[in-house]
Amino acid sequence: MRIAVLSGKGGAGKTLVACGLACAAGEAVYVDCDVEEPNGRLFFRPEQVISRPVLRKMPVFDAEKCSGCRRCVERCRFNALVLVKGAPMVFGEVCHSCGLCAWVCPEGAVREEGLEVGAVESGRAGGIRVVTGELKLGEATGVPVIAAALEEAGDEGTVVVDCPPGSACPVMEAAREADYCVLVTEPTAFGLHDLRLVAELMRVLKRPCGVVVNKAGADFPELDAWLEAEGLPVLARIPYSRALAAASAEGRLAYRQDEAARRIFDGLLRRIEEAAG
Amino acid sequence: MKVIIPVDEASPNTGVCPSFGRAPYFALCEGGSVEFIENPGAAAEGGAGLKAAQAAADSGADALVTPRCGENAAQVLKAAEVKIYKSRPGTALENAAALEAGELEELTRFHAGFHGIA
Amino acid sequence: MKKLLILSGKGGTGKTTTAAAFIRFANARAAADCDVDAPNLALVTQLAPAAAERDFHGSDKARIDAGLCLGCGECARLCRFGAISRTQEGKYAVDELRCEGCGLCAEACPAGAARPEPDVAGRLRLFSGGGVFADAQLRMGRGNSGKLVTEVKRELYDNCGEAELAVIDGSPGVGCPVMASMNGVSLALIVTEPSVSGLGDMQRLVRTASMARVRTAVCVNRADVDMELSGRIESWCSEQGLPFLGRIPFDKNAQRAINEGRSLADIDCPARTALYGIFVRTMELLNLNYT
Repeated sequence: MRIAVLSGKGGAGKTLVACGLACAAGEAVYVDCDVEEPNGRLFFRPEQVISRPVLRKMPVFDAEKCSGCRRCVERCRFNALVLVKGAPMVFGEVCHSCGLCAWVCPEGAVREEGLEVGAVESGRAGGIRVVTGELKLGEATGVPVIAAALEEAGDEGTVVVDCPPGSACPVMEAAREADYCVLVTEPTAFGLHDLRLVAELMRVLKRPCGVVVNKAGADFPELDAWLEAEGLPVLARIPYSRALAAASAEGRLAYRQDEAARRIFDGLLRRIEEAAG
Repeated sequence: MKVIIPVDEASPNTGVCPSFGRAPYFALCEGGSVEFIENPGAAAEGGAGLKAAQAAADSGADALVTPRCGENAAQVLKAAEVKIYKSRPGTALENAAALEAGELEELTRFHAGFHGIA
Repeated sequence: MKKLLILSGKGGTGKTTTAAAFIRFANARAAADCDVDAPNLALVTQLAPAAAERDFHGSDKARIDAGLCLGCGECARLCRFGAISRTQEGKYAVDELRCEGCGLCAEACPAGAARPEPDVAGRLRLFSGGGVFADAQLRMGRGNSGKLVTEVKRELYDNCGEAELAVIDGSPGVGCPVMASMNGVSLALIVTEPSVSGLGDMQRLVRTASMARVRTAVCVNRADVDMELSGRIESWCSEQGLPFLGRIPFDKNAQRAINEGRSLADIDCPARTALYGIFVRTMELLNLNYT
């Protein structure tokens, strides 16, 4: 079963919940798809880590074969190509690796080579396999790295996906194939605003989902009213505690530090398994 | 010498446009006369600076006079052997004349190529 | 005009709370929210209703005319983004959420059935009244958020006149929208938190900013949650020669302010006092006089 953990708002407790679920499962794969800021490994501290690069295709031009016809330059919809003094130049950060230039070239002068855009690491922390996608700095989109991390994680057993924050493309890529989605929020107007966006994403992706309210305690009745109106189940409430905040701050796993947290995550995993059938 | 300058309007008294990649027109100045071409980068979805640089390279200009220029466009213009000079306040034609008189400095600082505007 | 960008790397560290407070402290006439995935700043800036709204067109999306489609599947075979699949009727259709608008399908289609078409990828809002405020909401699952960020900034700059200071709330992370936020700003103030995640994310963000040649300064929110880590952040900044502008204590009033739809600047509390100190030091770095 693949469980995706999302939160519209960053800092709502997505990594806390994803790590907690992987711990509760005991034997599991935790895959960090928050590739701009992969932090799960700071908690699991995996060992025997193997890293491999994630590549995307980039055109390379054969100057001998190129006739300077400009077809590729004119058809590239991203304007990644320029022809100067009869020789094409490619601009990597503008290129989307779509392959159009190679396809339209009448001379077969375009070949494609891999360009590194990030890395996927895999290591073990006890029964948990920790897979981390990390985007190279300066790269625009994490989507290829997310796809590679999910592929590395596979589909065997319980796979917990720590998604990027927000509700844009990379989140969709990370949550698309999930059997169940957990939406983590906090009881604030910001939390509710961003939760609405992720809930809309769930409708678009047609994924079953439920909500975890983190830092519960402070009163924000608008959140409960909205959840009830939407018919979204609350799977768990995690009360704010200074001890939990401190454990997270120092990179310690809440599940292994705190009896109350353990009960919450065990219960949460059971509820997800029931709901996902 | 043929000089290309990003401009706001296709009229002789036009000022220099603050953006190279997104300028609506280019003025092509040579020996006191001027003609205008549209900048294909102005309406580009992305890569505007590159598209503008392609047009500048294709125009046959020897020099570009602009207030600012991105790294990517600068790389294209270097390959095309188009020198880049920093514009000063005034019209496009005044800038072209200043360049002819050797009064403009070469532009040596280029902004990072991320998404085009300041 | 001096352009101050507030960034965080890690989400939820108090970036928007800081931006909202700075807007009040400076009585800023120009502000923007560049977190186009989840724009929250408008919730706490007590704005009049939006004066103008307009659609933002991102990259085109391909559409396949089922009437013309021969069902050959060449488009689906070529598409690098997995955006084209076979329908029950044996034709092919585009998943607009995956399509990047490269146009390869249109090039390859022997029947001329595939065409790139314009797509509304988001909506821009401009608020004006006492000052000018711009933000935008990206549509579900759309890319090009960097370009929308650029549009938000342009909307602000085109409409704010002679304002002395613009306060811009950035987006989280280090990817394309963040780089678009950073472009051309005078200073990026990074709001971090004392956690191993906050420290790591701040370091990535500082490296990204230095690649874009943007000057940065740092402050720590909820600093008393972990004094040891707060100290580590401060000493890392001093090793790097980055201005460290102060620590904000954990304060329940921050949450209260958000839920009451106002800025922390309006509530007399320890966090406000700390934020004001950071504000004054930020203005000094910008050579602006606000004391």
